[in-house]
Amino acid sequence: MLLTLIVLLPLAGFFANGLFGNRLGKPFVTVVGCALPLLAFAIAIKSFLDLLAGGGAPIVETAFTWARIGGQAFDIAFWFDRLSAVMVLIVTGVGSLIHIYSIGYMKEDKSYARFFAYLNLFLFFMLLLVLGRSLLVLFVGWEGVGLASYLLIGFWFEEADNARAGKKAFITNRVGDAGFLLGMFLLYWATGTLEMDKINAAFMGPAAPAVSASLVGILLFIGASGKSAQIPLHVWLPDAMAGPTPVSALIHAATMVTAGVYLVARMSGVYMHAEAASQVVAVIGLATAFFAATIAVTQYDIKKVLAYSTISQLGLMFLALGVGAYSVAIFHVYTHAFFKACLFLGAGSVIHALSGEQDVRRMGGLARKIPVTFVTFVVATAAIAGIPPLAGFFSKDEILWFAFASSRGGSPVLWGVASATALLTSFYMFRLVWLTFLGKSRMEPKVEHHVHESPKSMTGVLAVLAALSAVGGFLALPHFLEPILPLPPVPESLHHFETPLLVTSIAIAFAGLGLAAYFFGNGAVRAARTRERFTKLHRILSGKYFIDELYDRLLGRPLHWISEMVFLRAGDRFLLDGSLHGLANLARRTAGAFSRVQTGNLHLYAFFVVAGMAACLAWSFRHG
Amino acid sequence: MDRMQILLLLAMALFALGLIGVIVRRNLLVMLMCMELMLNGVNLSLVTFAQQTGTSAGAVLVFLIFVVAAAEIAIAIPIVLVLVHQRRTLDADAYVDLNG
Repeated sequence: MLLTLIVLLPLAGFFANGLFGNRLGKPFVTVVGCALPLLAFAIAIKSFLDLLAGGGAPIVETAFTWARIGGQAFDIAFWFDRLSAVMVLIVTGVGSLIHIYSIGYMKEDKSYARFFAYLNLFLFFMLLLVLGRSLLVLFVGWEGVGLASYLLIGFWFEEADNARAGKKAFITNRVGDAGFLLGMFLLYWATGTLEMDKINAAFMGPAAPAVSASLVGILLFIGASGKSAQIPLHVWLPDAMAGPTPVSALIHAATMVTAGVYLVARMSGVYMHAEAASQVVAVIGLATAFFAATIAVTQYDIKKVLAYSTISQLGLMFLALGVGAYSVAIFHVYTHAFFKACLFLGAGSVIHALSGEQDVRRMGGLARKIPVTFVTFVVATAAIAGIPPLAGFFSKDEILWFAFASSRGGSPVLWGVASATALLTSFYMFRLVWLTFLGKSRMEPKVEHHVHESPKSMTGVLAVLAALSAVGGFLALPHFLEPILPLPPVPESLHHFETPLLVTSIAIAFAGLGLAAYFFGNGAVRAARTRERFTKLHRILSGKYFIDELYDRLLGRPLHWISEMVFLRAGDRFLLDGSLHGLANLARRTAGAFSRVQTGNLHLYAFFVVAGMAACLAWSFRHG
Repeated sequence: MDRMQILLLLAMALFALGLIGVIVRRNLLVMLMCMELMLNGVNLSLVTFAQQTGTSAGAVLVFLIFVVAAAEIAIAIPIVLVLVHQRRTLDADAYVDLNG
């Protein structure tokens, strides 16, 4: 009952705000929109305590039977174990905070009710996703969050660019979903069930299903890479920043994009037997992490930097999944939710203060004007950079350690590239801090005059998230998840590397800070000089490796040509329209010919009748 | 030539007279009368055949034709009257502009 309630409360909020919000006014929308997620969070805590009291045995709840086909019943069932508990708490907790933040951020917007309705709808689908026992329920949530994401990216749809970004996200996700669906079909064919605990048990059991675990794993990973913006389906996430900033924080940083990580961790039973698929996951994740980090170094839009940083961090999570450290990936999901939400909301607070300005080239020197935003932003930056003892340090260090030492595919090469990524992360994040908050002001005088700290509802949320980013890492989440997601074994010979690697990882974090200070302190002159020396490299990086352009050449234009020439001209206009118009013309011409007979002369008509009768008689005599 | 043949020849003559009348005469009322003539030709052939076969179906059909003919005339005559009222003529050719 409780689990169903967690899922249904945000849905109730969606209907209340969506149907009556505009009529009942902003106070009503605020109360409904924020209270229901908070209530869901409270119930999630209660369920979590129940789970702990039960010693971690999963709580299962069947809401109803969706379909009964042959001997198979497809239930809407909820499954609350340690993994889904962590996810539900993140989703409802961070989600509620972001709802509260949105009160201040969206205060002036004319579609206030619609915004909260969509946010609640998103929470509903996200909870369905993480609570579903069956892949089918997960898939409904999966598509639903895609829908909510589409609606919220295109929230200000009056501008064509925003609507286009929404479409891009939706369509790119469809590509991944095709893989996901195929994986589901294959699993159902092989195991005869879609319930994930049973699938995992089937793969872990003595008689493994007669299907290649790697094939299933890769197909599911295609789906995950769509939702979690991994190469080659990462192109939608930077554009998704067209939505309001709380949306970027909630959907495109803290929760929805981690759904792919959740999926892989949830299906760990399959991936443990899929060595090839795991390698693919690790390599793609690492490549994404590294390339996204290099792009982030050159971006000037404050939200774009954070977007590429999100892609990069998601890549690190997939690296952890690929080397079998599933619980570590979830640990990073958890810490990332705090500091990335804090960063995005901080960026939102900056944008709010500067009346919509997003370009860091027209910022600078904001530290003293908006101190709360500055402090929280720096804490979150230090957390993502991996400076101890903040949250990001613990999770990132664990990922690096298992990338190095895991007996399921860890290697020094993975560690090396991941460390380079960590260095870049630290560098571009502190670059962002320098460009935004420190140095001299580069703002336009009109904007500068209006700079103001955000209202309490926004700064309060920032403070809570910054505090969580600071201390969140002390929770030993991998240990908590160990009963269901065991850590990969580490060879005995590698144990003595642990301390040197730890020291290296701390050094890397501070090195990034130092580099950022070196290049961007002192008015960023050194950065400008470096940029001039490497113009080509800079153009490639700031052009995002021209992947959008590549897709346009390889896919967009050929498809456009085929649609235009084959489907529109040859198919639609020539074949379909042509044949229909031909038939219509034939009918019109024949009618034109016969209408000459209608002279109005009764005698002629009578003569025709007689002639016809005579012809009939003659014919019947001959053939009678 | 027995009586049946004479009757059938008479029926045919009636029908043919009516048909020729409908085609060649221009007066609307005469055309209507010729149509009645054709119907009566058919009626005559029907009763003749009914006599010949000794069944009543033909005779019953004759009554049906009477009814239909009466109904038809009841509609046709007013139409003709309205037309004449408009143009003061019974000539069918005067109404050529009513073509579909």
